[in-house]
Amino acid sequence: MCRLFAVTSSQPQSPVMAINALNVMKEGHDGSGVGLFLTDLGGEFEKFKNEPILSGIFSNEGIKALDHFMIDQDFMVKYKLSLRPTKPAPSGTPKRDNYVIRVYEYPAEWENLSREEIEYRLMMVQLQLRQIGEKDQSMLIFSFWPDVIMIKEVGDPLAVAEYLGLDRRDLTARVILCQGRQNTNYSINIYACHPFFIQGMATMTNGENTAFVPIREFLMSRDFPGYSGYYSDSEVFTHILHYMRNRLGLGMEMYKHIITPLKDGELARHPDGGMLRSLKQSCRPLIIDGPNCVIGCLPDKSMFMVQDSKKLRPGVVGGRPGIFAFSSEMCGLDASIPERDINLDHQPMRYETVLVRRERQEMEKWNQWNALPPLH
Amino acid sequence: MEPVERITPSTLSAKDLPWQILWRKDRCTLCGRCTSVCPVRAIELGVHRKRALTIPPGLEERPANLFSVYHGIDQRTDPAHACVGCGMCTLVCPNGAIVPARTDESDRLRFHVNQGGEARRRGGRRNDSKSVLDRIKFVRISMLTDPALDAGRHEFELHTLLGRILPPERMLAAERDNGWTPPVREIYPLIIGGMSFGALSPNMWEGLQMGVAHLNEEMGMPVRICTGEGGCPPRLLQSRFLKYVILQIASGYFGWDEIIHALPKMKEDPCAIEIKYGQGAKPGDGGLLMWYKVNKLIAAIRGVPQGISLPSPPTHQTKYSIEEAVAKMIQSMSMAWGFRVPVYPKISATSTTQAVLNNLTRNPYAAGLAIDGEDGGTGAAYNVSMDHMGHPIASNLRDAYMTLVKLGKQNELPLFAGGGIGKNGNLAANAAALIMLGASGVQTGKYILQAAAGCLGSEGDRCNVCNIGVCPKGITSQDPRLDRRLDPEKVARRLVDVYLTFDTELKKIVAPLGRSTSLPIGMSDALGISNADAAQRLNIQYVL
Ligand code: SF4
Ligand code: SF4
Repeated sequence: MCRLFAVTSSQPQSPVMAINALNVMKEGHDGSGVGLFLTDLGGEFEKFKNEPILSGIFSNEGIKALDHFMIDQDFMVKYKLSLRPTKPAPSGTPKRDNYVIRVYEYPAEWENLSREEIEYRLMMVQLQLRQIGEKDQSMLIFSFWPDVIMIKEVGDPLAVAEYLGLDRRDLTARVILCQGRQNTNYSINIYACHPFFIQGMATMTNGENTAFVPIREFLMSRDFPGYSGYYSDSEVFTHILHYMRNRLGLGMEMYKHIITPLKDGELARHPDGGMLRSLKQSCRPLIIDGPNCVIGCLPDKSMFMVQDSKKLRPGVVGGRPGIFAFSSEMCGLDASIPERDINLDHQPMRYETVLVRRERQEMEKWNQWNALPPLH
Repeated sequence: MEPVERITPSTLSAKDLPWQILWRKDRCTLCGRCTSVCPVRAIELGVHRKRALTIPPGLEERPANLFSVYHGIDQRTDPAHACVGCGMCTLVCPNGAIVPARTDESDRLRFHVNQGGEARRRGGRRNDSKSVLDRIKFVRISMLTDPALDAGRHEFELHTLLGRILPPERMLAAERDNGWTPPVREIYPLIIGGMSFGALSPNMWEGLQMGVAHLNEEMGMPVRICTGEGGCPPRLLQSRFLKYVILQIASGYFGWDEIIHALPKMKEDPCAIEIKYGQGAKPGDGGLLMWYKVNKLIAAIRGVPQGISLPSPPTHQTKYSIEEAVAKMIQSMSMAWGFRVPVYPKISATSTTQAVLNNLTRNPYAAGLAIDGEDGGTGAAYNVSMDHMGHPIASNLRDAYMTLVKLGKQNELPLFAGGGIGKNGNLAANAAALIMLGASGVQTGKYILQAAAGCLGSEGDRCNVCNIGVCPKGITSQDPRLDRRLDPEKVARRLVDVYLTFDTELKKIVAPLGRSTSLPIGMSDALGISNADAAQRLNIQYVL
């Protein structure tokens, strides 16, 4: 099963910290890939909090096509960080021409657009680029969003991190999601690598998603171009989150009510049972069937963890004010924040959601049995 | 030689019939049970004269004829009395002296069952045991990447929804503004399909209703039963059990006067209203209750005179166009119950299903669509309709579901599939296959008759005399002497057995797929079939 590790820290951290935690949990991933999502960035990127950052892998032709496309759209490169491996690629990792992390300046004509429109267009640029690059694999696009960097590569996480030199000082973030991949039923495709990203939010999951096909069909029929891809059955968890927040306007307390709703008998006893029953019915195709542990990050940089009742070895959250880690295994948490009060560690169980906000002061726990805030 | 009867074109011998009665003189005690039980009077007491030659030794006496008489069973061979192979004679014979045997070649009777220009009518189904559903396998087994579940110990939530389910955006808007939300029922995914009071005997009906009540109230299984077109006994209409009943209205509107008049006295709303536009067993043809079965009770409940055949028109008379018919009927039915009861149409599977479906997606009151495939059963229909008309359910249902997926309405408008589910006994496997192809649930009738009441019919044209009121098991008869062969309590008990078994088997199918929290509607990645064309058509895996 894939290994997941995430950290949210007031002090920017190097992605290598997360990769080291993954390495402790190495027994569980087979080194077939690593994925990183970095946000609330530190270092140079602090200066560009609002400008979109493009993350991806490009062949030399891909770079040319990218420049051509971006100039056409009137995007100007403002800053870039180049990962230039000097050593030979570790075994299993393909040799790439360019790992790209570029900050762009918005086109002039976007100036007066609404936030919503800008967010939509950013997503569309990402999708268009991905589509152009898909045919000849000249571009692999992971994200195009302000204050977000994503790195994905095939190979052993630690070896890849060393190869790419991820321990550099100008690459730090306060929020890091990191996944070590256990390649199961899909051939190694980098787009199947977690975390998955859409419009400012990202999630990663372990465990197989047995209800994948109906969920995918439901999302793809929502008439929203971002709900596409699906090389991995876990990508739907990100899109369900997006659908819930951006399309339904619901808060994070409802995520678990959508993916793992209370049973019919339980709803009869819930203070908001009527509404939750209707929600369960309307969102029936989004019910997951586990076993899954989902760790994610919201656009406001809060980090959360949920899992379903079938998760035999649940993920764990622990830390202290200023730093919290979310890990699929206890040993990853121990390795990353040894000096915490382990009595406060928490494994969210079948009804719970754990959330740590950007202030990183405490773990918030919600239970599905709680009364809901009023709909707005 | 003794003279034989005159030979006409329709003079048949026992050899020409589909079933031959094998009778053993050495065992028969002439008790007469077989002849009295035979529903079609195919056998009768025969008196035979037998000649034996006695040849005394020597030349004194001349050889002589010795005539003796013996009594036995004769098989009648005229088309009206041809044996239907029901096997009742075998069942009642205390000595094992009689059994029907199927002819070794195709019979000649089929060319003569149209005496007087009357085409053959019968009950039963299509007489074809082939089934695509039986060939579908569940191939996606959870193993190491995610654990298979324990069907016996895990908690399962396998109910389904019947009713128009608002898309999440609209549901939340309705919640905020306190707006109208269409009624939705949480029900068990195996529905007892429409079999009318009239088609079924009163004892059969009572047994099914008792079983359904028991399943709901004692076993916690929200099983629903559809009335078929024939009204509903007033006592049931006014009882609390009405909530387990789907009332059907069809083109003959039989029984609806009574239902409408009972409205003010109803304590509970029915589960739903099914508007029957078509039936898989006889697509494009209306219901048929033949005069034999229209006795005083049936006539009263249906609001018709006694002793006349009741053919429903093939189409609703108010229908000018599909929009007109569907919209009007759905709306008026919804209105009758204050928009508290889901109303949905049932059609026979057809290549034009998509048109109906498209129309329903735009009708906010349509609560679903039931599609009945060619393998559906019936109490009475023309043989030609049963054998040759209609569309198989699997591909029709799949197309309908994929159309809904394209429109993004796969959760909004539940599809219910019927027609031949479990026709070879594989009820749970067939139902699960259809659910994974996209059905929200399935409807079955024939299987219930067979398992809960011991119906003798088969896909090999056995028995199938349901239409003429002589059902030897008392299932589809309207003659108290036959009806009493069926004990309603025993039917109820068997119905409970059927549902408990189905439930276990359904869990045994979904648990290894790792599914337990919701019915795996549309989980087509779990399905495989060893026929490339079928796999492509159904968009499932081809496995060899
Ligand atoms: S099998 Fe049925 S129809 Fe045939 S003789 Fe026996 S009782 Fe009559
Ligand atoms: S047993 Fe009754 S219901 Fe069954 S086929 Fe014969 S007549 Fe029809």
